[in-house]
Amino acid sequence: MRYALSEIPVVKRMLRTRWLQWSLTALTLLFFVLAIIAGLVGTPAGNRNFGIVFVWIVWWALLILLLVPFAGRLWCGVCPIPAPGEWLQRRALVQPRPGGKLYTLGKKWPKAFRNIWLQNAGFLGVALFSSIILTTPMATALVLLGFMIVAIGTSLVFERRTFCRYLCPVGGFIGLYSQVAPLELRVKDAAVCASHTEKTCYTGSDEGYGCPWLIFPGGLTNNTACGLCTECLKTCTRDNIAIFVRQPGADLLKTTGHKLDEAYKGLIMLACAFIYSTVLIGPWGVLKETARAVGTPGWFAYAGIFLALNLAILPGLFWLAVRSGQLVGNSIKTPMRKLFADYAAVLVPLGLTAWVAFTLSFVLVNFSYAWSVLSDPLGWGWNLLGTVSLKWTPYIPGLVPYLQVPVLLIGLTAALALALRTARQHGQSPWAAAPVAIFCTAATLGLLGLYLA
Amino acid sequence: MADNSGRAAGWLSLPRTGWWAAGVTLALVLLTLLAPLPAALAVGAAPQERQVTISARSFAFEPGTVHVNRGDTVIVNLESTDVVHGLYVDGYGLATQAEPGRPGQLSFVADRTGAFRFRCNVACGNLHPFMIGKLVVGPNLTWLRAIAATLITAIGAMTFFWAR
Repeated sequence: MRYALSEIPVVKRMLRTRWLQWSLTALTLLFFVLAIIAGLVGTPAGNRNFGIVFVWIVWWALLILLLVPFAGRLWCGVCPIPAPGEWLQRRALVQPRPGGKLYTLGKKWPKAFRNIWLQNAGFLGVALFSSIILTTPMATALVLLGFMIVAIGTSLVFERRTFCRYLCPVGGFIGLYSQVAPLELRVKDAAVCASHTEKTCYTGSDEGYGCPWLIFPGGLTNNTACGLCTECLKTCTRDNIAIFVRQPGADLLKTTGHKLDEAYKGLIMLACAFIYSTVLIGPWGVLKETARAVGTPGWFAYAGIFLALNLAILPGLFWLAVRSGQLVGNSIKTPMRKLFADYAAVLVPLGLTAWVAFTLSFVLVNFSYAWSVLSDPLGWGWNLLGTVSLKWTPYIPGLVPYLQVPVLLIGLTAALALALRTARQHGQSPWAAAPVAIFCTAATLGLLGLYLA
Repeated sequence: MADNSGRAAGWLSLPRTGWWAAGVTLALVLLTLLAPLPAALAVGAAPQERQVTISARSFAFEPGTVHVNRGDTVIVNLESTDVVHGLYVDGYGLATQAEPGRPGQLSFVADRTGAFRFRCNVACGNLHPFMIGKLVVGPNLTWLRAIAATLITAIGAMTFFWAR
């Protein structure tokens, strides 16, 4: 059940033109540069600094509440971070070079790292220092600048968008959660691709570049690695690629291809949702102080617990649940590693809704900072739009718990459905899914406890 | 898109009895979350006046969590030990401010049950948006309802998807 959105003539025209995506990317790059400048030279007060307010409140809300759940990797298609590197690689801004030629050393990314382990590590690094990065304009600016420098460097040495595919800490979880989105880019007819020897979608043509994400669109079976850059829509000479509206979460229904790095990404994201909900929006001041006191003995203890929760405790509990299911379901022959990776699909809806619930708890309350920052992005006393005097006003704070409960219950329902489906697909008894279901239910109750108890 | 067995594809491929079960589960969850309760259940201990002194420093309230009962008259004395801090109570929409040597006060009847964040509403430093405490007005029916709704959802979903 899917509908080819890009077959609507006006949508098709918009996607075929190179100007639309370039303009949106240029716009986000403008905001990105402003965020870096604000962080470097603006006020150190986070709630009055464009870098903090627009990156961690406005952009984050847009990403987690709208873009990822409903449009998957759409953000990646207009993300400013790889843009300068990509433009350098192409030596062109909008129109492509003949044949889609790229100017780069074109090295292949090492095979050992063709996965998302480095993205997992990068995300953990950012998350570990999040109480500083999220609240200190200079730290935010340096992190954003660092991302861009690494992206440029990578694009000069390695082929295409290697940074996005294998390094970007944000791209890792966007890719994982994009499987939930009711939107996908796929070929219309695989047989057409099979008979198309030129494969211009991958090699490039005069109309555009070969897939920057190093994917052959004809083989796409899920959203995780497709950055929705729409190059293939431009380069396919057979008009065989489209963007479809589909059932939400369709990618999660298949059992093949689940990997351990993606399973760990799901676990890290769930653990971080718990940690953020406890440290940042919990009532324990000592935790906030400790998380911020980098280099002190307390911080090292915090870092140890943080890493243990992410890499050992939560994965250990999940492993126990899957192993118990294996014993209950009498499916000893299926390797635990495969079961672990396959059952980890439950973490996608569970984790995404956990992040939506966490985001709801601070975005609505703090969104009003955006109005004054728009008028005075650097905190230098400007009043460009006349909105600087608008005071902090929390939006519907009393309703937030009533939004969090249904969101988390939707995630739980989808997770349980996936747990049972995974059991069936492995020929296990449905009882094999029970321990994983208990894990998911306990995680939901734990999050609700942090928000409501 | 329906297949030959009359079941829709993917997530939506549920038999009619499945949709019935889903409907019943959803109705039970909504009932659990939203149905008004008999007054006897919603009332806790006899209302009393509660004086609470909250000390504010960058970026913490002490105590971080305050427990009262529904109907209590709550008098909050906010004392700041470093810079100007505020205290805004989510859900009640009440606020006060304090600076060192100049405490603030807030008085209200806790007529809504549940857990409510209270937060600093005067920019006081980098972690200001996360300077948060919690007011729990018992009996915390919102939390109890959420537990019940979660368990009903879990049992309902397992039952529902089990047979598919």
